[in-house]
Amino acid sequence: MTALLPNDTASAHISRRAVLQGAGALIVSFTISPAASSQDKGRAKAAGTAVKLAGSLTNTPYLDAWIRIDADGSVTAFTGKAELGQGIKTALLQITAEELEVPLDHLTLITADTALTANEGYTAGSHSMQDSGTALRNAAAQAREILIGVAASRMNVPAAQLKAASGVVIAPSGARLSYGELVSPTLLHVQAQPVSKLKDPASFRVMNRSQPRIDIPGKVTGGSVYVQDMRLPGMLHARVVRPPSYGAQLAAVDSAAVERMPGVMSIVRDGNFLAVVAEREYQAIKAMRSLAAGSKWQEQSTLPKQAELAATLSGLPSQEFRIFEKPESSPPDAAATALEATYTRPYVAHASIGPSCAVAQLRDETLTVWTHTQGVYPDRQAIAEMLSLPPDRVHCIHVQGSGCYGHNGADDAAGDAALIASKMPGRPIRVQWMREQEFAWEPFGPAMVAKARASLDSSGRIADWEYGVWSNTHSMRPGPAGALLAGQHMALALPPPAPKPLPQPEGGGDRNAIPLYALPHAKVVHHFIPSMPLRVSALRSLGGYMNVFSIESFMDELALAAETDPVAFRLKHLDDPRAREVVTVAADRFGWSGRQKGGSGRGCGFGFARYKNLAAYCAIAMQLAVEHETGRIRVERIAAAVDTGQAVNPDGIRNQIEGGILQSMSWTLYEAVSFDDTRILCVDWSTYPILRFGSVPNSLDVHIVERPGQPFLGCGEASQGPASAALANAVADATGKRLRDLPLTAARLKAAIGV
Amino acid sequence: MIAAFLAFAWRSAVEPIEPPAASGFDRSLIRHGAELAALGDCSACHTAREGRVFAGGRPIGTPFGTIYSTNITPDPSTGIGRWSQVAFTRAMREGVDRNGRHLYPAFPYDHFTLISDADIKALYAYLMTRQPIQAPAHANELPFPLNVRPLLAGWKLLFFREGRYRADSGHDSTWNRGAYLAAGLAHCGACHTPRNRLGAEKDNRLFGGGDSENWHAYAINTESQSPVPWDASALQFYLRNGWHALHGVARGPMAPVVENLAGVPETDLVAIAAYVVSVMGNPTPARLQRAAGLTATASRNTAGSSPQSALANDVGATIYAAACASCHESGQPLPFGGINLALSIDVSGEEPTNLIHVVLDGLPATGEVQIPIMPGFASTLSDRQLLALLTYLRARFAGKPLWNDVGKSIGDAR
Amino acid sequence: MMELKVNGRVHSVDAAPDTPLLYVLRDDLQLNAAKYGCGLGQCGACTVIVDGEAVFSCVIPILLLQGKEITTVEGLGSIDQPGPMQRAFIEEQAAQCGYCIPGMMMRAQALLQKNPLVSDEEIRRTLEQNLCRCGTHMRILRAVRRAVQLMQVATPART
Ligand code: FES
Ligand code: FES
Repeated sequence: MTALLPNDTASAHISRRAVLQGAGALIVSFTISPAASSQDKGRAKAAGTAVKLAGSLTNTPYLDAWIRIDADGSVTAFTGKAELGQGIKTALLQITAEELEVPLDHLTLITADTALTANEGYTAGSHSMQDSGTALRNAAAQAREILIGVAASRMNVPAAQLKAASGVVIAPSGARLSYGELVSPTLLHVQAQPVSKLKDPASFRVMNRSQPRIDIPGKVTGGSVYVQDMRLPGMLHARVVRPPSYGAQLAAVDSAAVERMPGVMSIVRDGNFLAVVAEREYQAIKAMRSLAAGSKWQEQSTLPKQAELAATLSGLPSQEFRIFEKPESSPPDAAATALEATYTRPYVAHASIGPSCAVAQLRDETLTVWTHTQGVYPDRQAIAEMLSLPPDRVHCIHVQGSGCYGHNGADDAAGDAALIASKMPGRPIRVQWMREQEFAWEPFGPAMVAKARASLDSSGRIADWEYGVWSNTHSMRPGPAGALLAGQHMALALPPPAPKPLPQPEGGGDRNAIPLYALPHAKVVHHFIPSMPLRVSALRSLGGYMNVFSIESFMDELALAAETDPVAFRLKHLDDPRAREVVTVAADRFGWSGRQKGGSGRGCGFGFARYKNLAAYCAIAMQLAVEHETGRIRVERIAAAVDTGQAVNPDGIRNQIEGGILQSMSWTLYEAVSFDDTRILCVDWSTYPILRFGSVPNSLDVHIVERPGQPFLGCGEASQGPASAALANAVADATGKRLRDLPLTAARLKAAIGV
Repeated sequence: MIAAFLAFAWRSAVEPIEPPAASGFDRSLIRHGAELAALGDCSACHTAREGRVFAGGRPIGTPFGTIYSTNITPDPSTGIGRWSQVAFTRAMREGVDRNGRHLYPAFPYDHFTLISDADIKALYAYLMTRQPIQAPAHANELPFPLNVRPLLAGWKLLFFREGRYRADSGHDSTWNRGAYLAAGLAHCGACHTPRNRLGAEKDNRLFGGGDSENWHAYAINTESQSPVPWDASALQFYLRNGWHALHGVARGPMAPVVENLAGVPETDLVAIAAYVVSVMGNPTPARLQRAAGLTATASRNTAGSSPQSALANDVGATIYAAACASCHESGQPLPFGGINLALSIDVSGEEPTNLIHVVLDGLPATGEVQIPIMPGFASTLSDRQLLALLTYLRARFAGKPLWNDVGKSIGDAR
Repeated sequence: MMELKVNGRVHSVDAAPDTPLLYVLRDDLQLNAAKYGCGLGQCGACTVIVDGEAVFSCVIPILLLQGKEITTVEGLGSIDQPGPMQRAFIEEQAAQCGYCIPGMMMRAQALLQKNPLVSDEEIRRTLEQNLCRCGTHMRILRAVRRAVQLMQVATPART
């Protein structure tokens, strides 16, 4: 992230003070030091931090940035991460309750808010448990020890004889002092230590227990949960009239009739940015339609031919990054068998069920934006730059939206609301994107091409391996104001930031492009394509989905050539014991060795990866049936195994893995963004079909491999890749046909099967 | 006399055979058979909802009762695995199964009898090389005496003419190919020709509009009410793609037909289109003139136009503006956007059945393919409101008076 | 002014008669459960029950709803006293982002009210009209099955 303005820290402090004062409790001060965004910009240490601290403590070392204890004993935990539907709130509370020794229901959690929480960059890359979970765990443990220390001196008992439980420190005599009694205003305003006294997993009472998610009761009873549900006093409803296609210029707009429509308060035009504000929501929608009908746009044909996408992409100029080479000498002598294959993936939409939404209000020279962004701080940066405001005059608060699977329209909607609100001071402005706007304007997951070549030695082992992947960037997130549609469309026409590849080890298009398998000779090249015909950015698991699909499909092709069972073939090339265990457990739970033989329309497939080669391990086995006459695929049963390090909320992990598998099934079997030479053509659920209930498998079992005491490994994106490969491999097993182009549609499969 | 009838009614069984090996059939013959099966839309009737293709079991509603389609996979016990070419040919051409039982004319042998030897051979090769699926026949639900099969012999005596297609030398080979396919294998008339009280197509009303599974199959002869008259290229496009910008989207029982046609050779579609359009005849100048106006409006971009109702106190207009216009005037192009209702055959056609059907039940999503989706309004529109809507749509978009007996059609649809 | 009967109470609503029910529920009656997902009757996020039938509230203008009984998730129970359908979803932890869930619950509720002994097949077929992007389908199916059981022992929810 670019440097924050010098007064940023102070202002955050003041805002936090202001907000917390209401509670009438102890005011603690803390320091938010500039942070790097965790996913996209590497893990820069805060200036002056000499030792490596745990998780996000590295960048925000003061304990009171994470944990606050009031005189009444209530405890507030703070996280810079956001609830995206992944259940992170519950898991973070479990961690805090466990290490701090307080009951779960005494805890409150405050999430991503530029006035209140640490800057933890984006909630992305399955980083929340590693970053925030680890920070909270260590902060809570250190806070507990500090409280015990205070109690020790007050009770005059050695700290070692004291024990904390349920928000109370207890002496062997039975004497007790509650946390509320022990705490003082600056007690936790201390820097974290490199080493914490973490609890022994054997003594866990909250962690590693399935905990019902705290957000679900509200969600199933009509609670006010989402940014879409916000109703502020005096709030107005805005709708944007988006250009019909990328780069279209607003030539003329006839707004006179629209201005006279009932409830219309304002028509906002700033360059190619056009919006209407009305008192009531449906008035805004009707006015938006009229305004759209009265607007003339000059469009340009800039899009490639959809049918020739793979060729177009690999034909664009690219930068080469050799991300892996082992050893650097030449490969071994010509081996027994050599295979080559090319895999492709289309553009894929996030397609959240709820289109993006944001509320913004300019009041007392401060612009407050409620947004379902993944990164309140970067979003604030972009909005401030777009409106030429100092960042301390912009306050971004995360409020949940519909499911978030990466960089969708959330930031753009926040930018829209901010721009409109800046022109209508005082009134809160709610901007709700329409379904067709979400599809046409969200940044898609990039289309990609992967080419694999490998040879087998006479013992059926991989002798050498070569892999290249062609891709656009997988992050065009804000920071810069030009990343926002409003910024691009306003008269100022801020240019989108220059696309950059995300660096290894996490990578972007090359995420998971390096196989975890033990290979004597290997070379992996990332061909980064700067020019972007379609608007793209981060979609759940980034390039990991495509690379795992390709690598794991290719592993099966090699296993077939080696006449080896696919699971045995993988184990033959896996040294990492945790990887081996996940593969074995998935295979056992599925009943892999006793599975029905493939062919005649039914087949089984396997897929494995360790997400980013450094997060959770996940292996998936799948059985499906193919209808010969139509090519229709019906997934019947799935077994998965996952190793997430120390588990916090096992049912939450299962929920994430299940969801990832079904979403991946949908991507893999059905989905492709469609477009002509000018416009995006998929604008609703008619034109962008996704998985429906009729195609949901009969059973899906997720098994967690327990790793007590091991670091947390994020799992939110771990199952996408393996699920896609398990599908393709099962299709090949069922039909003898190998499909290498995503999606594996019935029509494609039928064409491959033939009559 | 009775003896003669019995002699006709009684048909002998054809000897069962050992199911032939798939490898015994020529690949190109099988591929040709696949195209023919697609033209014949065999899978539409011979596949149950959520069932396996060709395994039968689909209920076919007739005015006389419900008939269940049979398993035509080569399963030896429940399918046609033991049928010889001779038995298959006899069933196709004479409506008699291998055991000698007469088949109900829901199986359109009155059309299939026109099919050539070569085509029947290819169809046989294709079907006999499908995956055998065990699926026992579902008993038909017909009242006595209709469940007495020998009676079908009487029906055949009255209405059935056995015999191959004979080319009409007054027309070119494309037209003749089209006629051969449309009258024979594709059995267009089975839906598009009205039937008499005994369920036989009325010879004198070829393509005059008929009924199929609670949908109306519109007239595709000179009586066609299509707002823009069909021409051969539009029809060819429609048959290939399942929609046409000036005509709308194939739904109901026509949907699987065009789905199947997606896989047949272009020349066959050209031929069918040429033939059917010739049956429709030349449109009158008045029709053409109106159509020209419609075409011009339709091609104008109505993107985002506001569904403001001109007649604020007309209930039908208000319902249209509130419930229909946001899609039907969205400017989203076909096939996924709502059609401009001035172009809709459902609004201007001879029967209100389909319009009522679509308004009430919508076009629900099925599966995970791109298809138009429309919500239904069955539980929110009262009969009175529906009537007001239909009246408004008919007057505004077709410029025609309301159909007779709409109340009854609404009642039937409910 | 239009009168709408929602969750057993009659409300006077000052909205244009062509306004889709969804916006009246959310903006005028401040009921959060029905969600805007597409406004086209394609996703089911806005599903509510009208006279016992599940409908897409985003495409039903309020002028069609005079005198009809409208039920939303708020009518099934509250956070303190969740109804059987809501309890089932909580017990099965059947939500990720949860945005699709109220629509799922209402469609399932309408189904179970009509037929308390539904088969798994029927549940799937009925929910086919509702989309979930988070992939919560397995849990949603389990929750509806559980609701079938809970409803057999519970007093029926008001609709
Ligand atoms: S919002 Fe009503 S169906 Fe999508
Ligand atoms: S739970 Fe997120 S869309 Fe269903």
